[in-house]
Amino acid sequence: MDALDGNAIGGLLMEVFGTEMTVAVGTCATCGSAGPVAECIVYLRAPGTVVRCRACASVLMVVIRRGEMNCVDLQGLARLEAPAST
Amino acid sequence: MAGTAIRGRLTWQVASVESVRQETASVRTIELQLPDWAGHRAGQHVDVRLTAEDGYSAERSYSIASAPGEPVAITVERLDDGEVSPYLTDELRVGDEIEVRGPIGGYFVWDSHDMPSQLLLVAGGSGIVPFRSILRHRERSGSMVAVRLLYSARSLPDVIYRAELDQHQSGVSVNYTLTREQPPGWHGYARRVDEALLAEVAWPARAEALAFACGPTPFVETVAAGLVALGYRPGLVKTERFGATGGS
Repeated sequence: MDALDGNAIGGLLMEVFGTEMTVAVGTCATCGSAGPVAECIVYLRAPGTVVRCRACASVLMVVIRRGEMNCVDLQGLARLEAPAST
Repeated sequence: MAGTAIRGRLTWQVASVESVRQETASVRTIELQLPDWAGHRAGQHVDVRLTAEDGYSAERSYSIASAPGEPVAITVERLDDGEVSPYLTDELRVGDEIEVRGPIGGYFVWDSHDMPSQLLLVAGGSGIVPFRSILRHRERSGSMVAVRLLYSARSLPDVIYRAELDQHQSGVSVNYTLTREQPPGWHGYARRVDEALLAEVAWPARAEALAFACGPTPFVETVAAGLVALGYRPGLVKTERFGATGGS
């Protein structure tokens, strides 16, 4: 399966967080590197959506849809900072 | 970026097909009429959802091909083993309805008031779609930013929007590379995009140009690594990958 990037889950993350998140900066809890969510490695059907660090490939986020509910695991992130919307 | 932030929930809405236009043998542009559309930025995408009679549904993301202020259009390439694209390219007719949500994305976007001295756009295959929105936005907004476009396609008949791209906009230089097949007398490039080709076409790193690369994942990886090797700051290279599908 092809790796995509965080742009591909802009809609899903908006569903989960209620705001535009591809410009949010995530910090990897494993290697400490930080970058926009748009630049993360994304696997869409892993199963579930898996987001990995562009620098060290550690898992940052997992989102699994169960019916109408999204189960979100953010354990791989040390920080996730979205710019304040105006 | 006052006034451009997107607020509120993202909801699915039913869009009706206003027009369809065949771009190449396997690519179609679909103009949509959306009941509730607050406008979009150049480079954003929409999610499209198709639902079968048995309730099975499939979602895909498609870049918006039209400029901010124009009716929303998407350009779709047919993937033979695709779940969604063959329906959109082969079956969908004017007046049909599909579910759409958007606009989505705030990273791979260009606003005419972003004022880098220069803009570099590198497209592989249908990676050209968001750049049509950016180029139209540039034209419509009267932006004077100088643009270099490098567009990699398999062959000339695979070039999407060729007539539009060939209508020379002042300040926009369009460079094609045809990787598989070239017509007789072809004067453009005829090789895969790599660091050497980028060195010929891209603005020099000292220009601090803003670069966008869009296409199949391996293509985008090559372009991003090549530009950084040429001295581009990683923060000025924006990327969007859509998998290993489509020709470049």
